[in-house]
Amino acid sequence: MSDAGTLLEMQGIDKAFPGVQALSGVDFSLAAGEIHAIVGENGAGKSTLIKVLTGAEHRDAGRIELGGQEISARSPQHAESLGIATVYQEVNLCPNLSLAENVLIGRAPRRWGRIDWRTMNRRATEILLTLDIDVDVTQPLATYSVAIQQMAAIARALEIASVRVLILDEPTSSLDAHETEQLFGVMRKLRADGIAVVFITHFLEQVYVVADRITVLRHGRLVGTYPTASLPKYELVKKMLGRELTELDDVSRIRTVGGAVEVGTTRLVADDLGRTGSVEPFDIELRAGEVVGLAGLLGSGRTEVAALLFGIDRPDGGTLSVDGVPVKDHSPIGSIRRGVALCPEDRKAEGIVEDLTVRENLILAVQARRGWLRRLSRRQQEAIADDYIRRLDIATPSSEQPVRTLSGGNQQKVILARWLATDPEVLILDEPTRGIDIGAKAEVQRLVLELAEGGKSCLFISSELDEVLRTSDRIAVMRDREKVTEFAGDVDESSIMQVMAGGDGGE
Amino acid sequence: MASRRPLDLSRIGESKLLFPIVALVLILLFDLIFEPGFFAMETVDGHLFGNLIDIPRNGATIMLLALGMTLVIATGGIDLSVGAVMAISASVAAILIHPDLQPLTRDPNATATPLPIVLLVTLAVATLCGLWNGLLVAYGNIQPMVATLILMIAGRGIAQLLTEGVRVQIFYEPYAFLGNGWVILPVSLFVVAAVYLGAWFGTRRTSLGLFIESVGINSRASFYSGIGEKQVKLVAYMFCGFCAGMAGLVASSNIRTSDANNIGLDFELDAILAVVIGGTSLAGGRFSLMASLVGALVIQAITTSMYAAGVPANALLAIKGTVVIIVILVFSAQVRDWVRARTSARPAPT
Repeated sequence: MSDAGTLLEMQGIDKAFPGVQALSGVDFSLAAGEIHAIVGENGAGKSTLIKVLTGAEHRDAGRIELGGQEISARSPQHAESLGIATVYQEVNLCPNLSLAENVLIGRAPRRWGRIDWRTMNRRATEILLTLDIDVDVTQPLATYSVAIQQMAAIARALEIASVRVLILDEPTSSLDAHETEQLFGVMRKLRADGIAVVFITHFLEQVYVVADRITVLRHGRLVGTYPTASLPKYELVKKMLGRELTELDDVSRIRTVGGAVEVGTTRLVADDLGRTGSVEPFDIELRAGEVVGLAGLLGSGRTEVAALLFGIDRPDGGTLSVDGVPVKDHSPIGSIRRGVALCPEDRKAEGIVEDLTVRENLILAVQARRGWLRRLSRRQQEAIADDYIRRLDIATPSSEQPVRTLSGGNQQKVILARWLATDPEVLILDEPTRGIDIGAKAEVQRLVLELAEGGKSCLFISSELDEVLRTSDRIAVMRDREKVTEFAGDVDESSIMQVMAGGDGGE
Repeated sequence: MASRRPLDLSRIGESKLLFPIVALVLILLFDLIFEPGFFAMETVDGHLFGNLIDIPRNGATIMLLALGMTLVIATGGIDLSVGAVMAISASVAAILIHPDLQPLTRDPNATATPLPIVLLVTLAVATLCGLWNGLLVAYGNIQPMVATLILMIAGRGIAQLLTEGVRVQIFYEPYAFLGNGWVILPVSLFVVAAVYLGAWFGTRRTSLGLFIESVGINSRASFYSGIGEKQVKLVAYMFCGFCAGMAGLVASSNIRTSDANNIGLDFELDAILAVVIGGTSLAGGRFSLMASLVGALVIQAITTSMYAAGVPANALLAIKGTVVIIVILVFSAQVRDWVRARTSARPAPT
């Protein structure tokens, strides 16, 4: 496709947010008439790159050329006028207006100063027909499937201007298989019309179905741009995770796993547990004295599993039981009372309460379990806080320090301590080592193993495979919101990566 | 003085009381210099009279409102309906005492309902108003400003409907005791003290205060930690309603009238301002009930001082606006950074 000539060229794009270098020196080029996938883990810089391109964010450095002319979009509206249109994940339309109105909103044809409905409906029908969608455009948008709504959003984008670049941000995340296929049809049609389509997705299999080229980003840097055909899926996953084979084979295991694990009592059982639109029904069993790893790429449904097990989300199918008792009260407080704890993935949004002190953060879950009337005395609170500050080696001047002043690793330890203080039987750890330094990582891993040896049951979720391998007795693998397999005992990193990527490469 | 300055400034962040107390002292200093006779006290019927007593006495309703508003704002919410709830409670109390609305007998001992029942029913109705706000905010997921705007607008109408659109004069004398009585100090101040102590024990001797702050700072993390963040918000709005009911009782008792049009009019803004002067962020989080009380006194002290200085009532709003600007400046990150930079630069060797 590259022989069609470069349409869009981005060079040396830098973008920093306070405390983070979101993009550094990223190059990206787009040819007319190609479908170009951008992949990378969360935080790799995919959406920042798109925002810079569409003017939603302003770049710190670098240049952008469209059709040989340097451009600098001031706003998404400006970008649209330049011919760069974006369809976002969350469909941004009016569900109570008709399909035709949504497609032509703001540009309705007029006659005698009033809206010419006949012309409007005809034009909307024509536009949708060019996408091979034949529907009644006079019906309200809400009566149609999400896929059709997505098509309407695309049709609207195509209508706005002479679109040369169409960006689809996670367009398939709420579509089923048939709807996805329908969308791919539209994308291929646009490609044939010479439009450059940028496709951002977490679903690697879809990349191989529809994309011509793949650009991989990692930690705000460009890993490379590859023709899809020359990059097997397994290689792609490796590039996304940023690890070489030699490194992978060098995993030294802390825990000795000998085929058969000593089986403790079963603590938590999920049977066919699932939630529509979140995660497909899955089975999982957590036993005392055992660490179960949950591997999978970000967005593969790992966090959704944790949310269901802990009662953040309510399942709409299957059963969950703890210590043989079926769970009816799906809520965090219910889980805490059952002896289940969740150390959440997003430390800032779901973990720390910034302005409270280390002591207050630490006792929060214990206090929540006791209820607001039975307040822990100041002395009891300090005893708990000092105990965990010592045991987890939390670096803080005192327990009265606001937790926001601590480093990321120490904040993470405070959250861990909050849950350990509730003395849970089942501990779910979602990315407990993300964003903390190597030393703290090792400490957290050691802690998990100690807990398991003490008879606790742990579910260890991590995108770092060596970590999962090092700590886990069994490893379940998630892919595309589905639990695809479970490895017991010995398994090496590359076979897990194969499963994470889905089957055998891209051909 | 100069050497102690950095020390004082470093405490600003720790004690929410400092700023409102400094503001109060500054206002009183202004009076001391420019208003001779401001601090004159006299005894009438064995009661002390003078501006120093008038400020807390007239400030009692704002102080009551500020107590409830503090908890609501600490959860990250706001309650615009407190003025209207004051009017509702005044009307409820009025129809309980004089169901015939325009009593022909002006007997100071005549009431249709015993006083304790009047107080209990009125406070219960006000608390229900708070429950309504809380349900909309916590369970209806409506933005607090919009949710409480409903009652702010509708509340005065409800108050009018209750009294069939007339101002009801209350002749029952024991009722007037609440807003006019004296037991060494004005009775309304004992009401404030009682509500304050109740709120302090309810939040600081239980873990409710911690939960409120936690929800206000990060409600999602609080939910993950097992705190019933919806119930916490509900309790805050209910308490705020209760306080507004109490304020309505004091206000109508003081003027011996239920005036649905004017009781508590624009008081919600004073209450919010008092809480903000008391250092509770409108974004929610850490709160201090005492600092909010002092904040309410600051507002009342400004009002009283301006009246004493002969400033007309309509110009008062402009003065309050200036106060808002000063408060915003004092609490802004930029000014604090600037002050911190100035004070830390001084002792550094050059």
